[in-house]
Amino acid sequence: MEAILKAALPGIILIVEALVLLVVALLHVAYTTYAERKVIGHMQQRLGPNRVGPRGLLQPIADVVKLLTKEDIVPLGADKGLFYLAPFISLVAGATSLAVIPIWNRFVLADVNVGLLVILALSSLSSYGVILAGWSSNSRYAFLGGLRASAQVVSYEVAMALSLVGVMLMAGSMNLSEIVKAQISSPFKIYALPQIIGFFVFMISAIAETNRVPFDLPEAETELVAGYFVEYSAIRFALFYLAEYFGMVVMSAVAVTCFLGGWAGPFEVPGLPFFWFLIKLYALLFFYIWVRATLPRYRYDQLMGLGWKVLIPLALLNIVITGGLKLWW
Amino acid sequence: MEKLVFGYLALAILVSALLVVFSRNAVKAVLWSLVLFLHQAVLFLTLQAEFLAAIQIIVYAGAVLVLFLFVVYLINLREEITWPRFLSAYPLAFLAILFLLALSGAALSGFRPAPPKGILTAGALLAQGHTRILGEHLFREYVLAFEAAGVLLLVAVLGAVVLVRRIREEGR
Repeated sequence: MEAILKAALPGIILIVEALVLLVVALLHVAYTTYAERKVIGHMQQRLGPNRVGPRGLLQPIADVVKLLTKEDIVPLGADKGLFYLAPFISLVAGATSLAVIPIWNRFVLADVNVGLLVILALSSLSSYGVILAGWSSNSRYAFLGGLRASAQVVSYEVAMALSLVGVMLMAGSMNLSEIVKAQISSPFKIYALPQIIGFFVFMISAIAETNRVPFDLPEAETELVAGYFVEYSAIRFALFYLAEYFGMVVMSAVAVTCFLGGWAGPFEVPGLPFFWFLIKLYALLFFYIWVRATLPRYRYDQLMGLGWKVLIPLALLNIVITGGLKLWW
Repeated sequence: MEKLVFGYLALAILVSALLVVFSRNAVKAVLWSLVLFLHQAVLFLTLQAEFLAAIQIIVYAGAVLVLFLFVVYLINLREEITWPRFLSAYPLAFLAILFLLALSGAALSGFRPAPPKGILTAGALLAQGHTRILGEHLFREYVLAFEAAGVLLLVAVLGAVVLVRRIREEGR
């Protein structure tokens, strides 16, 4: 009995760790929606949610309860299997990327050597959820949203991957923990300074990858009602909503690890090794919300032009400069 | 355990490949090939080829299949295709398959995995990292072949663009 327990212990620890990470991430996602409504409210001279609980702090929980108890409608003529599957693909792909992100020195679920590639792979898979939702709903609006999403995600993925190549070159590794360690021992401490072009390209394409304002064309209300998830209701709608915010959290976490020095900070906070990671994460999430409150939506051809004619050449230039500096310096 | 995983992967790859061919719905066929590619990536993982597995997902699942889906959407094949029998001489196909099976059986019965040659043993791969080794070989020893392939692909892309433009201009 004891032998079995000992053999199974690493597995059990891993599962518990994964659960803790997932629950914490879900709480973050829930309260990101709250923070978004509150921050945008204040930016627009309103109060935001303030009825449920003190200062409206229980609003996300009320929302979840409401969405859970609503009727789950499948439109007539929809491809049922794919209609059910689509929101899960989006959510799972987003959540899985968390496994390779080092929260602090000794907390990373899967210390993979090609961590950056895993994140890129999963973010490219998450687009399937959107595309399939658009197709399986059997609705014009949803279909157009899905088409737009697939074109947008494929184009911006290229820019995002290229913007990360500079980081790989500087760190000489694709392991995210190694990248953070390389940043700590580099003279700049964070790669956002020497990789300023890469950071810029990454942040813009991350917003486009997660379909957020100002690049939320797949769900542009004025043109497509709600785009790819227009036919979804209740819990399945909630899953898409979750996936979007999960994407935001994951992209911010990737930016923190690759460009902002991960868990390192100006001084150590005793007892909270993940303190700086979270501070940087919250700052980036605030940036996302700030952008949403400030900028108008792009037109579709402008979006594609920005991706292919500005961001990708910029990212390539960044690679050439970084490679050259690394070679001759 | 390893054999079990391999058995599952082999079975899943075969079944999903068959489903790709037999699906009447084009979208479903593309999705089954997604399942196929994901299993293939896991197969690479069991061979310690992390880099290949990730590239497999990024390039094939993330880019190529999304483009396939895009094309299938644009030609709008919502209803399932039913087609009267494609070939009239289809019994001959079974005969061909029979010979193929016999041939591959004969080939596989004498199959011995070759021992690792040179410095690239499994241990060296793990120590140095798959990515670094691949990069060094690709961009040092085989850089000419790599660049030639790149130029060839570029020519193909440009050719496609030129062809499409010509058709458009004639259409005007």
